[in-house]
Order: sequence, then C-alpha cells, then structure tokens
Amino acid sequence: MTVAMEKTEKPQKTGAVEPPAPARSVRKISRSMVIGAILVVWLVLFALLRGKQTLALAAADLTDLHRWFNDVNDSIGANRNSNPLFLYFFNEIRLVIDSLVTFVQELISQPSADRPVPQIGWLGVVGIAGYVSWAVGNWRVALLAVAGFTFLGLQGLWQESMDTLALTVSAVFVALLFAIPLGVWAGLSDRFNRIVTPLLDFMQTMPTFVYLAPLTLFFLIGGASATIATVIYAAPPAIRITAHAIRTVPQTTVEAADSLGATRRQALLKVLLPMSKRTVVMGVNQTIMAALAMVTIAALIDAPGLGKTVVQALQSLDVGTAFNAGLSIVVMAIVLDRVTTAASAREEEARRSKNRFLAWRRPLLGAGAAVTAVLIYLSHTYIWAAEFPGEGGVGSSIASAADTATTWVQDNLAGLTNAIRDVITNGLLNPFQSLLTDSPWWLVGAVLIALGVVLGGPRAGITTTVCVGVLIGTGVWSDAMTTLASTVVATILVMLLGIVFGVWMGRSALVDRMLRPSLDAAQVMPPFVYLVPFLALFGATRFTAIVAAIVYAAPVAMKIIADGVRNVPATTVEAATSAGCNTWQIITKVQLPMARGALTLATNQGLIYVLSMVVVGGLVGAGALGYDVVAGFSQGQLFGKGLAAGLAIVLLGVMFDRITQAAARRTSA
Amino acid sequence: MTTQTEVPQRRGTPQDSGSTPVISVRRLWKVFGPKAEQVPDSEELCGLTRRELMDRTGCTAAVRDVNFDVSPGEVFVVMGLSGSGKSTLVRCLTRLIEPTAGEVVFEGEDIRQADAGRLRDLRRRKFSMVFQHFGLLPHRRVVDNVAFGLEIRGMGRAERTKRAQEVVELVGLAGYEHSYPDQLSGGMQQRVGLARALAGDPDVLFFDEPFSALDPLIRRDMQNEVIRLHHEVGKTMVFITHDLSEALKLGDRILIMRDGKMVQCGTGDELVGAPADDYVREFVKDVPRGDVLTLRWIMRAPEDGDELDGPELGPDVVVKEATRAVLAADKPVKVVENGKLLGIVGDEEILAVVAGQEGGA
Repeated sequence: MTVAMEKTEKPQKTGAVEPPAPARSVRKISRSMVIGAILVVWLVLFALLRGKQTLALAAADLTDLHRWFNDVNDSIGANRNSNPLFLYFFNEIRLVIDSLVTFVQELISQPSADRPVPQIGWLGVVGIAGYVSWAVGNWRVALLAVAGFTFLGLQGLWQESMDTLALTVSAVFVALLFAIPLGVWAGLSDRFNRIVTPLLDFMQTMPTFVYLAPLTLFFLIGGASATIATVIYAAPPAIRITAHAIRTVPQTTVEAADSLGATRRQALLKVLLPMSKRTVVMGVNQTIMAALAMVTIAALIDAPGLGKTVVQALQSLDVGTAFNAGLSIVVMAIVLDRVTTAASAREEEARRSKNRFLAWRRPLLGAGAAVTAVLIYLSHTYIWAAEFPGEGGVGSSIASAADTATTWVQDNLAGLTNAIRDVITNGLLNPFQSLLTDSPWWLVGAVLIALGVVLGGPRAGITTTVCVGVLIGTGVWSDAMTTLASTVVATILVMLLGIVFGVWMGRSALVDRMLRPSLDAAQVMPPFVYLVPFLALFGATRFTAIVAAIVYAAPVAMKIIADGVRNVPATTVEAATSAGCNTWQIITKVQLPMARGALTLATNQGLIYVLSMVVVGGLVGAGALGYDVVAGFSQGQLFGKGLAAGLAIVLLGVMFDRITQAAARRTSA
Repeated sequence: MTTQTEVPQRRGTPQDSGSTPVISVRRLWKVFGPKAEQVPDSEELCGLTRRELMDRTGCTAAVRDVNFDVSPGEVFVVMGLSGSGKSTLVRCLTRLIEPTAGEVVFEGEDIRQADAGRLRDLRRRKFSMVFQHFGLLPHRRVVDNVAFGLEIRGMGRAERTKRAQEVVELVGLAGYEHSYPDQLSGGMQQRVGLARALAGDPDVLFFDEPFSALDPLIRRDMQNEVIRLHHEVGKTMVFITHDLSEALKLGDRILIMRDGKMVQCGTGDELVGAPADDYVREFVKDVPRGDVLTLRWIMRAPEDGDELDGPELGPDVVVKEATRAVLAADKPVKVVENGKLLGIVGDEEILAVVAGQEGGA
C-alpha cells in the first residue's frame, strides 16, 4: 500500500516541476501542496509503523563497516613504518610539518632542549606582535595586539595561547605556500578554475570536525595532524579569493599591458599581482580565521593549546575554566582579525596621507625593529622577560566570576532557562526527532528523496538518493536522524531570527550600522567558544548545542537576508508605497518575495553553519553523530564508528547543500 | 558587396603622394565560435547574413572581409555603431585578438606570421594603443603609468622617468606626475593613457573609442588635443569611434563598418557627397553639408549662356568658406585646378547646399 502511495506521489510532483512558465502562482501553490501531501503521508505512515525498522544502534554497538574501519586503522597502524606509501609519502609529510611546528613552538611556546623556557619569551612575542601589527596595519591595531597578547598572559594562559598561535602560524604559512600559487593558477586558467571550484565548494561546506578522523588515520594524532587538518581547512578561502582577485582585474588593463608588449610574466608581476594584492590580503585574513577555528577544534586529536583547555573543561563541565580559555580564543581571534583587516586597508590609507608620513615611515620602521630586537634579546636572556610574571590571577578571577555567575544563573534563572529549554525540547525537538528516528528508515529516506526532488529538482533528487543510500550504509542512520532533527529545528529558529533582524536591518540603515559590526565579529569566532556560555545556562544537553548553533548561524542568515532586502530596487518599494501599501504589506508582498533568492541562500548557509555547530555539540552532551566522532578519537574500538559518523556528517552536509543550492538557483532564476 | 568609392582623391592629404602604406589590410576576417576557421574559406558561408551564420554554424563573424590601407602620417578613422566589429578590427591589427583569416601587413611584414617574440617587439616599439576605459594601473602614479611601456622594454629607471616626464608635459599633465589615476578626472586619466601610448615613440597609434566615456566638453578638448598632437608628432593614427562628427573632425579618411563588413571607405566629403548606400546616407543625413562638401561636389558643367569671366576658386575649397565669395560675385565662380576649368558654381548651387535643399548626391 505504501509503495503504491509513493508511486502516485511521484508523477504528481514531476508534473509540478516540469511545465516551465505558465502562471507562476499556480506552480508555487502546487509545489507547496505537494510538500504538504508528502508530510501528511509521512505522518499517517508514522502513526501506523512507529518504532519498526528504525535501524537504531546502541552507543557501543558496531556494524561490520565499523569493524572493517577498525581493521583498516589497525593494519595502517601496524604497517606505518613498512608500507612504502607511508614510508616515503605520509610519514615524510608528517616529519616536515612536525619539524616546522616544533620549530615554531620552541621559538615561542615550548622549552627547547637545553633551555627551561622558549627561545623568545613573552616580552619578545608581545614586541613582535606590536611591531608587525604596526608595520602591516597601523598604530591602533598595534596597541590592540599588545594589549590583547598581554591579556593572554594575565589570564595565566600564556603557554597555551602560544601553542595555539604556533600551530596557527605554521598552518597558515603552509596553507598560503600552496594556496596563493594555486589561486593565481585558478585565476589565470579557466580550465583549472572549473576543476577546482566544485572541490573548494565541497571543502568549505564541511564542518571542521570531519577533517580530523581521516587525517589521524594517515598522520596519527598530535600537532602535525592538527596542522595538516588546519592547512586543508584553511587553504580554500585563500585559493578562492586569490583566484577571484586575479579574475576581477579589469580586462582593459590587462589588454593595455598586452598592447605595450608585456610578457606573461611581466603582466603577472607588474599588473595582475599588484592589482589583486588588497583582495588577496582579505583572503589571508579568512585563512587565518579559519586556521584559528580549526586549531582550537583540533584539540580533539590532541593538538596542544587553548582548544585543549576548553575541551577538557567542557568535558568536565568546568564552566569557569572553559570560559577563561574561551575568552583567550576570542581575544586572539579579535587581534588576528583586526590586524589583517587593517593590513588590507593600509595601502589605500597610506597612499592618501602619504606626503608627510612616507618620509618618516622608513626610519620609524627601522627604529621599531631595533626596539623589537632589544625586547627579543631581553626575553631570550632574562627570566622575568621570558616567563609571564604573576600567577595568572586575572584568569582565576575570570574563571571564578564565571563560575559564580553560572551558579547564580542556575540558582535564580533555572526556572526561566529550563522553561525555555523544555518548551522548545518538548514542543518542537522531541516530536520532530521521534518522527525522524522512530519512522521506518525507508519511509524517512523516501520522504527525504521526495523533498529533494520537489525543492531542488531531479538532479538534487539523485544526489539525495545517493546520500540516503550511503547514509544507511554507514550504520549510524539513527544517530544521523537525531542530528538531522536538531539541525532542522535550529535552522528553522535561525531563519526566524534571520528574517526578523534581516528585514529590520535591510529597511533601516541605522539598525544595520549598529548590528553589523557585532555580526561581523560573531562570525570570526571559532565555533566552539559559543558552547561555553550556553553550557552555563542550559547544562549539558543537546539544547545547549542547538542554542549555540542558532547563535553561531544567525549572523550569516541576518546579513544575507538584510542584503537581499536592501537590494530590492527602491523604485519598486516606492511604487508599492504609492499604491497605498502599509509597512507590513510592503514587507510581506514586495520585499520578502523579491528577496526570495537571498532567503534560500540564507537557508543554505544557515543549515551548513548549524550542522557544523550541532556536531561540535557532541562535546557537551548533544549526543548523536558528534558524540560518535568524539568518542572515536578517545576510544580505539569506536574509531571505525567515529569515522562512519564523520562520513554521515559529510553526507548530511552534501544533501543540505545540494538541495538548497538547487532551490536557490530555481528561485532566483 | 563592398563599395570602394570611385571618386579620385582630392584633398591635400599625405596619401596623395602614392607612398607605400604603413598598414595594409587584406581580406581580414575574425569569426568567433566553433570551427571558426571554416567560415572565411567557404564561399557559401561568406554569403550569409550574421543571423543566418549564427543559426547555421553557431559562429559570429565580427570582422568580414575587410580591406584597407593606411598611409604614413594619416589619421584613419574606423566608424560604426556598437556591435559593428570596429573594436575587434582594431584589436586584430595588433593581434590582441587573433584574426581568423587574411593579412595585416605592417611596413612590408605580415603581422600574422610574426611569432610571439616578434609580436611583442612590435608592440613595444612600433604600435601603441589608447583604450576606451583607459586601462591604467591604479597602484602606480601617473609618471609610472606613463613609463610602464618603457619599463616593460627594460629601460632603466632614470631614463624612463625622464622620458615619461617629457611626455607628461606634452599632453598637458605637468604638475600631476605624482598623482594616482583615481585622483584625476576622466579626461585627465585619458591624457595619461595618451601619454603612455606616446612614451614609447611608436610608429602607429591605435585609439579604441578613447573619448566615448568622457562628457561632451572634455571630449571636444581631447579631440583638439589629438589634432594638436598629430600636428606636433605626426604619427600615423588609426582611430575607432561611433561618433560621426568625431570621425569627420579627425579623420583624413573614414571607413564605415556595419555588421563586420566595410560599407564605404573615403574622405569625409566623399561620404557626405556620395554615400555608398542608404545606411551611409542615413548616417550622414544630419551633417551640415556646407561644412564638409567642397566646391567639386556642387559645381556644374558650364552651359552656353554662362558667363565665364567670374572669380576663380580651387575645387577643394569647402562650401562654407566659399559662400561669401560666390554670393558676393555677380557672375558664377569658376572652379579651376591647375589652370584647367572644371566647372562653375553659382548662387543657386551654394544656396541649395547651405539651405539644405539639395537631394542626395
């Protein structure tokens, strides 16, 4: 019977998709009717078949695939030093990266062989940070850098911070070493660009999390693995932005250089690269921020640094320590972001105010370098300049203040926070989750595929089919459905927030000016620092992960929707006003429908951001796929399951991305 | 298909001397699209209109069988509406766009046969180009923009800065050497483009609609600037424009293009006096004829009753300048060249032109 019902559904919806033009409104109604029909059929069958064929798998249970992954892992472990592929390739890479990381660590964070302290102590590092920020940016960001780095020391997290910085710097260095030439290549060659673009798209939709497990397979756990994961995660933005920069150099300028007889090399060095410099620096900024996010998450595979402090504190629910370390990550993120942003703006500014400034710049830079050298020497030689003085008193007071605040909140606001949590959990999350996890697998699969076809078209349907098929194969179907439920609920809330604030920002320049800087700042934070405050509020539940995901994803959705609303032509709004629309009518009948493309794009980005946060939530009791991945890192016999869960996350990500991308193309066409 | 106007040269332009052309273009084609090289070879495809060709082969012929010569020191204008292929044509001349078929002979050398190194050398020393959207380098100061071509050649810094400085003064930008392009107005930016083109002391200057992006007053200034520079440096110039008055003002000879084909090639008075077809006629309809036509175009053969002892004028005197003399004389003016009577011009002929009553030639 069910099969028959599925069949009657299909011709109906292909009929709805195919006729190209006749009367748009008719087609839209029929599409939403089809979706409604699918959901009704699902609910009816759910009531009938609840709890059957759910493919549930207990936390410690494994499937054959997981055991096979474990065997692969074991055999790789056994043959790591004999297999030529490892001997001459992976191990070599690890060795090179490892020496680089160790070198930078010994320079700024870890004691080297014959010294009790690193080569350059805190005074030297602060000096370098200030000097470099001033040289590439301006004196304001230099002050910010000095203050920020000093604060890291005051928090009592100097060494952890320097480990994080060392890993970030090494990873960014390696990433740029590859990314910029590749980006230039992609900028010059259409063919290479066509090959590389879908690959980069794919890499950027993946949550930070899923890179880790496969890499440990090849590079073991530790700093080298973390750096390689970071390189892979951080390179795509630089490649993409460099290619974009090269491509947007005006054609006529390139032609002018050609007409003067420039060789390809001359055109590249004297025209294309100088003209793309500013944009490329923006790419470097994104690479640095991505690297910092990844380095902190890589604590899961034993990368040293602030991330490790946060992860350990999260796992022991020590909010104070987690907050203190999370704050350090935020401070470092702000410093790195501001400095690189200032660097991309510098050239422009310096040129405008050049005359009186330029003559002094060189001697000043020289003097600054000399001062920095003195600071480095001092910090190399004297212990007071090498080890950050004090006991990190600021850090412990921050931690205890956070603890006090948490206790206070839990004592006094528990009613409120629990009420919010319970309403959303019981009203939205639980029913939806049980609908997904308690339905037979084939029913959920069929619904997903049907929705894929209706929303995204036949090609998205094929992708969804493949994803669902492989998802079943991973053996973590039930966990994947739990994650899916959290993701969808969080995304719905993100879109609600996004529409409210996005429309508000889109309609009012004042609100936009006020909100945008904090949204921008929110976006550069590494995802899992968001977990800390909500852990304090809501305890270790999946709800914490959902709230963190909402807060993490909402800024993107708001910005996209605000831009969409702003891009509605002023004349159209004017015409609607002159036709007598009130504000509500203008929003619902003109601005939102015309920003449809932006809404779909916001959904796309919202889903991707939420997914990456929901799985990180595995650290604070969100369970499901995220937990499987985390458990896979810590327990050998669960490694295979963790890998499969990572794969499942990738599949969910691809599915969301393909369907919403296709829908976005359809709505904006 | 193509109409080369059959009227012999009359104006005192340099090409009268019959010297060898600087640039000689023969059967030049540029076809965009799949298997583009087939089109020029096929008799059948050549005959198709642009639309038919697109439907049949998926190709667009931007330049179709174009032939012309440019004499030394001449200002040769290519004129047409947008999409007529004129910008493609000028790019084919220096192979910024690779032609599909035909010859471009520059000082006896077929440019299409030049290898990459030779082509670069030609671009560095013999040609230079001025672009509609300037194509300046925003990260370089004016003087460095002007010196850019010299830098590419490998000239030393001191020498190229000195030369750039001279050219900057030549185009009237003295005092702005150290500005950046985005600090200058559009007209001044184009002066930088002009200076950059002149800096390498090329034999031929190509202009691709250089003034289209400028507002009308600045455009007129820049046109006068080009005329002045042409007098001062005497370069051969190939000038692309969609503006007929610009073409008439600057051009010694004008090539009119439509859909990639040549429609007519001749001096300004030829285009106005003897339009090759309705397209050209429509084009030149609004041109004040008295400003362009010479007496040669309006004189008539002397008839029996005419008195032939009036004043004499040359055949190349523009009607506007002859008006006063003709109307002042009480007898028809004789048009005489090298002592030979070509015809006479009376009040009627003059008034017909000045009052705009004369039908198409």
